[in-house]
Amino acid sequence: MEQEIKLLKGNEAVAEAAVRCGCDGYFGYPITPQSEILETLMELRPWETTGMVVLQAESEVAAINMIYGGASTGKRVLTSSSSPGISLMGEGLSYMAGAELPCVVVNVSRGGPGLGTIQPGQSDYFLATRAGGHGDFNMIVLAPNSVQEMYDFIFTAFDLAFRYRNPVMILSDGVIGQMMEKVTLSPALPRRTQQEIARDLRSWALTGKPAGERRNIVTSVQLDPHVQEGVNHRLQAKYKAMRENEVRCESFLCEDADYVIVAYGCSARISRKAVELAREAGLRVGLFRPITLFPFPYAELSALNARGFLSVELSAGQMVEDVRLSVGCRARVEHFGRMGGVIHSPNEVFEALTSKFTDK
Amino acid sequence: MSAKVNEEMIIAGFGGQGVLSMGKILAYSGMMQGYEVSWMPAYGPEMRGGTANVTVVVSSDPVSSPIVQEFDTAIILNQQSMDKFESMVKPGGALIYDANGITRHPTRADVDIYIIDATAEAASRGLLRMFNMMILGSYLTVRPVVTLENAVRGLSKSLPERLHHTLPDNERALRLGGELIRKVVL
Amino acid sequence: MLDVLMHFCPGCSHGTIHKLIAEVIDEMGMESNAIGITPVGCAVLAYNYIDIDWVQAAHGRACAVATAVKRLNPEKMVFTYQGDGDLAAIGAGETIHAANRGDNIVVIYVNNAVYGMTGGQMAPTTLLGMKTATTPQGRDAKLHGFPFKAGELISQLDGVCYFTRQSVHTPAAVRRAKKALRRAFDNSMEGKGLSFVEFVATCSSGWKLSPVEANRWMDENMMPFYPLSKE
Repeated sequence: MEQEIKLLKGNEAVAEAAVRCGCDGYFGYPITPQSEILETLMELRPWETTGMVVLQAESEVAAINMIYGGASTGKRVLTSSSSPGISLMGEGLSYMAGAELPCVVVNVSRGGPGLGTIQPGQSDYFLATRAGGHGDFNMIVLAPNSVQEMYDFIFTAFDLAFRYRNPVMILSDGVIGQMMEKVTLSPALPRRTQQEIARDLRSWALTGKPAGERRNIVTSVQLDPHVQEGVNHRLQAKYKAMRENEVRCESFLCEDADYVIVAYGCSARISRKAVELAREAGLRVGLFRPITLFPFPYAELSALNARGFLSVELSAGQMVEDVRLSVGCRARVEHFGRMGGVIHSPNEVFEALTSKFTDK
Repeated sequence: MSAKVNEEMIIAGFGGQGVLSMGKILAYSGMMQGYEVSWMPAYGPEMRGGTANVTVVVSSDPVSSPIVQEFDTAIILNQQSMDKFESMVKPGGALIYDANGITRHPTRADVDIYIIDATAEAASRGLLRMFNMMILGSYLTVRPVVTLENAVRGLSKSLPERLHHTLPDNERALRLGGELIRKVVL
Repeated sequence: MLDVLMHFCPGCSHGTIHKLIAEVIDEMGMESNAIGITPVGCAVLAYNYIDIDWVQAAHGRACAVATAVKRLNPEKMVFTYQGDGDLAAIGAGETIHAANRGDNIVVIYVNNAVYGMTGGQMAPTTLLGMKTATTPQGRDAKLHGFPFKAGELISQLDGVCYFTRQSVHTPAAVRRAKKALRRAFDNSMEGKGLSFVEFVATCSSGWKLSPVEANRWMDENMMPFYPLSKE
């Protein structure tokens, strides 16, 4: 498979990326708006080419536990779901963090709470960055804003997952998952062989206990609280390293901006157009896009000298809390966002910007 | 390199009219012509026989927002879509509609309105499956965003190979659509 | 087996079942090729006793974990070890679906009719009239439903190649149980589907009986309701 250009849905791009990045297994359960990931994988039949396993699980609970099992043997495993299904995966994600297992989870989020709407939403920001499950743990959260990034971030996410032996979440949304764009598909990487896994990952992965050597145990249970505290300290040191090394963000026309829109995922695309509208109207407005939501680019955002920051998200205001933590009392911070599956338009964002900051 | 273009358009009608695939062919055609494109469907239960619509952006620059509220062109294929999208065409933009099933015709004086009896024409010629290609052909006559050649290339890209024998008929339907469209003078 | 002190209570069946598993793996020469999945419950620490690679699963999810371990590593011998709360209550769904898919794994199911680790609460398998921490007046079918025959249920599924119910309360039973385990492990390596080996077991702490009384109680009450296989 050479480099190729295709017109793909975000969801289809995830499937293509999985096969081409040498993923060993996908386990997932259908849920709108991300079912094309499993459907596309079943069309692609990678078990006949790369040997990748694809299985439709009986529930999201089963799927995340299959991921846990696959990851425990050092395999590159992927699952995907949408908001309600991700809630169900919370326990499994916590187990994976506790047992220090790598995996990639794609959340093509929709509007909640409850069954909510199948239309796009960005109301899982807290879930992804604060409480993916019980216990003190964090995951690196990547927020793609294009179909190309849906593709590219699968590769990035697997690298990060194995570097830190921790789940990585790709937090997408119904817009990015359902829309089609041009994607450049990179050349396929081979799956790791059993010998390579045994050679490189035997320090923790279950590859079968070599005769006369120590067995491996993958577990998150420590009955002795002092031992558990030690484990927690080690995990926290890892999250600190993520904060120090893995921040990713992007800015557009922020240098001279009086006002900066902060947005990720589909809202970043919509807001970019709002910035264009504002610039046409003679206003100095820029766009700051966090690409990692955890770790959040606090320092990068705080370095901007704007008078006002508008956090734009399809939610009641979640990321805005991180924007406030970055900016402090130095400038005004406001939130704008439609909810429940209604998508704000570029004009609405532009109008929100002007109305919220008119008294300045 | 092709001419500078930034076309933000919507196709809206019933599920089953080929709305989404028409959008996909246009997006593919734009890609063939070297443009940036985005294709954003309204998804969900609408796909199962209710109303369906897709927003396509074809641009010489990277597409900022795949979600737009004002359209350079709206292709409208049923009354519900007429009610919803007529007002969302930019002043100076184009509204193309199929008269079939339309009870309230468009009244905007600040947009160019075009009509095509594609449903009736396709039915009388036994080309019902080519209905959406007639619509696409009519659109490309009014808004030549991509060449007809690239539209055919886009079509062959988006059609599965087992259907490639229908390419000549589809191409005829594209050209026919171009001939049948007429401007409405209010 | 590792030369360590077990945490199991006196009279508990787990220790003997662990030993049988270890012997079978050893006799098959599969020590370097076996991956076990422990549950949540008393057997959570099985990995401290049998010297192979292990993964500890979330409560009830061992069969889902095993499905992926086996499918991604078809050359490995993969088994779960689960109690009745883990398998038949919270994990009923995962167990049924792994069985229905016919995943080539061995499910070892230890049924002592009670939640041992959390202090003797009612399990799905608790007998009618049986007193537990959460059925102090005895299990009442109107309130709690009926004792759950997981083995019979699972054995109906097309993906299951072998269901057997064993015990380890007499030397003869131990010998039969070991043969059953061997057959199940052989099945998994021959790709025949899912093998389900149930053990009717004692929980002297949960039942509040001495080890000898527990064995007798099991014989008189459990065996009639959960009859052992002939071989």
